[in-house]
Amino acid sequence: MSNAAAPSLGELLLGCATLSLVAVGGANAIVPELHRQVVDIHRWLSGPEFATLFAIAATAPGPNVLVVTLIGWKLGGIPGALLATAGICGPSSVLAFTVGKAWERLRASPGRQALERGLAPVTIGLVLGSGWLLNAAAATDWRGWLVAGVAAAAYWRARFNPLWVLAGAALLGAFLLS
Amino acid sequence: MDTVTLNPHPRCAALFAAFFSVGMRGFGGVLPWARRMLVDERHWLDDRGFTELLSLGQLLPGPNIVNLSVVFGARCAGWRGALAAASGLLLAPLFIVLLLAEGWRHFAAVPWLQGVLTTVAAAAAGLILATGAKLAQKLEPAWWSRLLAAATFVAIAWLRLPLLAVLAVAAPCGIALAWRDLQTEKRR
Repeated sequence: MSNAAAPSLGELLLGCATLSLVAVGGANAIVPELHRQVVDIHRWLSGPEFATLFAIAATAPGPNVLVVTLIGWKLGGIPGALLATAGICGPSSVLAFTVGKAWERLRASPGRQALERGLAPVTIGLVLGSGWLLNAAAATDWRGWLVAGVAAAAYWRARFNPLWVLAGAALLGAFLLS
Repeated sequence: MDTVTLNPHPRCAALFAAFFSVGMRGFGGVLPWARRMLVDERHWLDDRGFTELLSLGQLLPGPNIVNLSVVFGARCAGWRGALAAASGLLLAPLFIVLLLAEGWRHFAAVPWLQGVLTTVAAAAAGLILATGAKLAQKLEPAWWSRLLAAATFVAIAWLRLPLLAVLAVAAPCGIALAWRDLQTEKRR
């Protein structure tokens, strides 16, 4: 199945800016929605192309939202990458700035305390869930789960610097799978 | 519970540098590094303060850690602080990821590189799990707290329910239970 014609830069910016305001749950949570839009509906990218871009974004340093940058790059070169990034981060950042200031003024209010205390467990459940889902996407067999389990234990219990954990995993990957 | 005295909030240059270091080290995602930097290294927040900030970042739409950097930066130094923190977080990774993508076009066929990509992604997921576990250790001891965290995890990871639906049920439950606890504490 061949790809459809790439979108214009304006379409790209508008699409990302819209996604920015509906993307509750952050970058990991919007990946299924991104896939639906870019691969299934518009057919701008094939499934394997999308998966490769996601893997590159996940292995590179930086926030996982950079997968959107890479999609922009693939569709519109460097201008596409910059516009996609500005689109996905801009509107939500303006909202975060506004809400963050109001939040500060409500510091002592019991409503805010209930909100923070009540949402903390949900937040932690979401963090654990996205770790699980990301590994489910990355791990091709039991070895992937073993690597994730050992990495989690090493950082949680032994308090290694996580960079060592990642470097160890990279070495293991180079030998184990070559 | 650790009793560390927190450092005063930083200004723009320190914010930029700190979030720059988070972006540069954040292989496989920046959440573990954001917590490590803010809580363990710079002592600008404790674990509870970090979870509160993260909750807000997650409740708002858009990338969580970008939101977190905007809110924390704004709290420290207004809109300049927000800009310093968010640009520090994004600037270097933006260039690196584009270089990598460009490079990938030439080296995609190398088999050991595929292996590296797969295991690093798995280890990065493990780090996120460990960060969740660290935050969970500092949860309120109330009975419903761990139960709600576990239920959210199961709904998202195993049942694969849509995020909005999970939030629509879990958030009001948590807020109502926390509200009830706060009322009880006040009466005591």
